[in-house]
Amino acid sequence: MSRAISSAEQVAARRGWLGRHGWLLWRRITQLAVLACFLAGPWAGVWLLRGDMAASRLLDAVPLTDPLVILQSLAAGHLPGTTALVGVVIVSGFYLLVGGRSYCAWVCPVNMVTDLAAWIRRRLGIEDGARLARACRYWLLALVLGLAAATHTVIWELVNPVTMVSRGLLFGMGAGWWLVVAVFCLDLLVAGRGWCGHLCPVGGCFSVLGLASPLRVRAAGRHRCTNCQACFTVCPEPQVIGPALRGASAGRSPVITSPNCTNCGRCIDVCPERVFAFGSRFAAPQPETESNSIRMEELRR
Amino acid sequence: MAMVERQEKREQGRDRRRFLLDAARTACGVALFGVGLGLYGHRAAEANPPHALRPPGALPERRFLAACLRCGQCVRACPYHTLRLARPEEPVATGTPYFVAREIPCELCENRPCIRSCPSGALAPTLTDIYQARMGLAVLIDHETCLNFLGLRCDVCYRSCPLLDRAITLDAEHNRRSGKHTLFLPVVHSKYCTGCGKCEKACVLDRAAIKVVPRGLAKGELGHHYRLGWEEKAKAGHSLIPEQLDLPDRLPDLLPSSLAEGKP
Repeated sequence: MSRAISSAEQVAARRGWLGRHGWLLWRRITQLAVLACFLAGPWAGVWLLRGDMAASRLLDAVPLTDPLVILQSLAAGHLPGTTALVGVVIVSGFYLLVGGRSYCAWVCPVNMVTDLAAWIRRRLGIEDGARLARACRYWLLALVLGLAAATHTVIWELVNPVTMVSRGLLFGMGAGWWLVVAVFCLDLLVAGRGWCGHLCPVGGCFSVLGLASPLRVRAAGRHRCTNCQACFTVCPEPQVIGPALRGASAGRSPVITSPNCTNCGRCIDVCPERVFAFGSRFAAPQPETESNSIRMEELRR
Repeated sequence: MAMVERQEKREQGRDRRRFLLDAARTACGVALFGVGLGLYGHRAAEANPPHALRPPGALPERRFLAACLRCGQCVRACPYHTLRLARPEEPVATGTPYFVAREIPCELCENRPCIRSCPSGALAPTLTDIYQARMGLAVLIDHETCLNFLGLRCDVCYRSCPLLDRAITLDAEHNRRSGKHTLFLPVVHSKYCTGCGKCEKACVLDRAAIKVVPRGLAKGELGHHYRLGWEEKAKAGHSLIPEQLDLPDRLPDLLPSSLAEGKP
């Protein structure tokens, strides 16, 4: 904790508040803007996005569909209509480019809840908690698809906090608030970054989608790293940083190739040495020999 | 040398044990969660609450739950705000659209906005004639409070029906209570009833005597080997069994003559 504070002080000394929270601010603006696009319809009669985060139509023309919902529907034995399939191609294509889990950091409304829990955890210095495997999300992803096939229903949508929050805000939350409270308490008291970082199968699905995405965070200035730990402290998936940041001696690429990286840009914000930056997976010299095995390793973890 | 090897082996064993234990822990937790979610999902799929009607064109319930994406675009498309999405605490599968006839019935829009807005095909686009919709079936469920059964000419359900004289007809019957009047009994015909719910909405009682319920609850089903003789006869143009001998009616001789003559 003391290390984190000292690093935070270091950054504060070099940049103002905006400099330290630039990407975070953009992220919040994006998240709220997406919600505003949905809410503008029912609240103001301006229909920018009609539907909810499971499926919607942009400007009543472009269909958008969540990939996991479609996978469940397929597993349950229904071939979705053309509109839904076009929507899933558009959404998948977009996240293939910008990184699957960019959805988690930039769009998903639950992120604001779990980020708040993580922030309180850091402020109160809560460090202990249940040990969950990061791979739980893939197990849950497989479980959800298996159960969808067994029960012939789009089963995860009965309890999915991600779509539940967006649907609730748009159509009435009801008891859905308790689910939000449950996720918040899980992250705050039971396991740090428990939901988004370990369990959420929607994130798991987007991780798989982002396996090869070109937009990545690069530890381009890793030779400047002072081991202050600031990035590890704020990162929602801190296990992804190590191979890129400390892999110079092993000849590893400075690109954070793990599909679990949410492209949230917090590491870029907080690093006092400006080690990190958004960039492409392909640009600049890269000893690519090991990257595939690292990626699989991360996925497994 | 041997000691070092033994030490390494012990560490390998410990690592392997930890790995297996962690994997078992995860698998166990996920499986437990799966049992809970599976049972919950199964119950939600089987719930079929009688007051919840699906939008027009909805696939049969089991297939609907596999197809509906829970996006609410049909709800937005409905100009009468008939449809709503099920909240988690309601007995309908969370996020799926339904309506309650007694609150806001379906107005049977001929341009089918809800169906056309559905991206997944859960509301079948093959339903081009809205009057072919089968959202439920009206049943005059309480004969004791229905005003027409009490001998009044209420007729409100009959008159509010969009398929007047087809989905609901009035059958005349003798009023045995008064001995001299006629009862006009509303009768629903499942061949025409769309389940729109306008009759239930219109029913003047404090609680409707006519209710629209999911078809599976309302309809019986004949054994598939059953044939209706009069239909088969009409189809074939003649009776399928040989004409029966019409014997003269008479009573056996051994009965007392008083009984044969119908006297007490």
